[in-house]
Amino acid sequence: MSAVELQTSDAPRWSLPGVRSYAAVDRLVTAPLIEPAAWSWRGWWIAFAISAGLTGVFLVAMLWLFLTGIGIWGVNSTIVWGFAIANYVWWIGIGNAGTLISAMLLLMRQHWRASINRFAEAMTIFAAAIAGLFPIMHLGRPLYFYWLVPYPNTMTIWPQWRSALIWDFWAILSYLLFSIIFWYVGLLPDVATVRDRARSPFARRFYGALALGWRGSARHWHVYHVYQMTMAALAVPLVVSLHSVVGLDFAASLMPGWQETIFPPYFVVGAMYSGFAMVVTLAALVRWGLGLQALITVEHFNVMAKVLLASAIIMGLSYATEWFMAWYGGARADRDLVAYMFTGPYAPLYYAQLFCNVLAPQAFWFTPIRRNIWAVFLIAILINVGMWLERILIIWMTLSHDYLPSMWRLYYPTIWDWLTLLGSLGLFATMYLIFVRVVPTISMHEVKKDIVGEEARA
Amino acid sequence: MSRMLLAEFADGRSLLGAARELKQKGRRIIDAFTPVPVDGLAELLGVASSRIRVIMFIGGIAVAALLYATEWYTAVIDYPVNSGGRPLNSWIPFMLPPFATGIFAAALVGLITLFVTTGVRLHDPLFALDGFEHVTQDRFVLLLAQPEGGGVDEETRAFLTDRGALRCWEVGG
Repeated sequence: MSAVELQTSDAPRWSLPGVRSYAAVDRLVTAPLIEPAAWSWRGWWIAFAISAGLTGVFLVAMLWLFLTGIGIWGVNSTIVWGFAIANYVWWIGIGNAGTLISAMLLLMRQHWRASINRFAEAMTIFAAAIAGLFPIMHLGRPLYFYWLVPYPNTMTIWPQWRSALIWDFWAILSYLLFSIIFWYVGLLPDVATVRDRARSPFARRFYGALALGWRGSARHWHVYHVYQMTMAALAVPLVVSLHSVVGLDFAASLMPGWQETIFPPYFVVGAMYSGFAMVVTLAALVRWGLGLQALITVEHFNVMAKVLLASAIIMGLSYATEWFMAWYGGARADRDLVAYMFTGPYAPLYYAQLFCNVLAPQAFWFTPIRRNIWAVFLIAILINVGMWLERILIIWMTLSHDYLPSMWRLYYPTIWDWLTLLGSLGLFATMYLIFVRVVPTISMHEVKKDIVGEEARA
Repeated sequence: MSRMLLAEFADGRSLLGAARELKQKGRRIIDAFTPVPVDGLAELLGVASSRIRVIMFIGGIAVAALLYATEWYTAVIDYPVNSGGRPLNSWIPFMLPPFATGIFAAALVGLITLFVTTGVRLHDPLFALDGFEHVTQDRFVLLLAQPEGGGVDEETRAFLTDRGALRCWEVGG
């Protein structure tokens, strides 16, 4: 079977009949941008007001932190990392999936990704940007964060290149900038489409400037295609290395439970898992909010649920590896730590984590559940909660129960811990709400090529 | 400006078929404008294989090497610190920043190369043509060079219409 035939036979699964023409795809996707009057934006404004309010909370929490220091959080001399680092790992994990979906599924020629890659990549950029704030907030003396940069200075010192903090700085920065480039290049033909459909002079100028004169020349498409495939091939190792570095932030230490051989792959899987869960959550919301039922179909949720199921199994395997290696390795501190996980004061949270991340997604073995968008949405939210619990428990468990019993303490979150977490969600939602009003949420040229395909004229 | 003939199609397959036949007849095809990439068109136009990957590779490696050199110079020559007995040139951990930065640099160099090869111009004379805005939406336009002199090229027009062109129009002259 030729590639074209494959695409054609695929089309019915990934789109509804109403959009199987180029013009219909363009109309559906660009309508929220250039025909705003045709929509009721009341729900959008309510969501925007709430999320802008939460963004304000985030700014206040950050300002108070900068004025008074990290003592406002629940961190103490034993549990020196708290919500800030858990939030960082959680957000950067979410920030991984967009590029993974775009890159890995592109390289594997999974055409259905065309419907979801744009808003997944936007999620990546916003989440990675938020994640990048937390290590700086956590520095204690955030005004000196630029000391991470190697520059000739009057102190005649240089960064310590063996430090995980330095690796983190370069990895996050490279990843964020890379993701922005990848996203923008994917956007180029689409903003040209918006430019050519727009009626108002402002929209034409705005999208015209963004499109950089794109006119779909066959010569340009050729270079464009080569560049995009190369970017996808580069993105995969970058994502894997980024999250391995995040794992090494922990594992480069000598604490019980933070194993150098387990953590990097374990973090990569966790990142993909939580990020994919967030994509599912956003897919349900974007589909409902912008009326994209014709392009984001039940079938999309079906396959994404399968990915989540596979990830849940790998996640469970990772947890089991941790327990097994603690027993098999035989170190007392490691064995005690595992006992502490199941019986210590944080145990209820740990059981909740195992339920959300391993047990709940097993429902995806059943087709009716995978094809029920509500069910997939709710389980995806459970996974997001479970993954956040995992991130905080990685920190709490080990730091609360390290080698020296006289140092054992518990972590009690303060109101500022919660407000910072909640506020970061608000900041994310604000950026996302602006994104859906300004940028085509679905990659039109890829949907037209890969899903609607040549069938458009049949 | 030399004379050119534009033909508008509803799909990529018809455009590709017509272009292929015209090329066999010895006509020069200047370019095609399509809302989605059409496989086989670049080969037909004789677009040379893009060197963008080579340039990206060189750019990425160069930046990675530069960062590694910085690490080496600062950690070995300018500010040696004995950190738990590790070698001054701890090349394994030192690889991490150049790896990430090199990939970003390759992406950036590639973006610049993309813009240089495609020649960014916010306004192209073709944009002034009536209906050209559809090439980013649902129309496929073929751009042919017309021989100098001569009147309206009815023969080519008839051929293109026969091959599914929705309309043809001539520019320049």
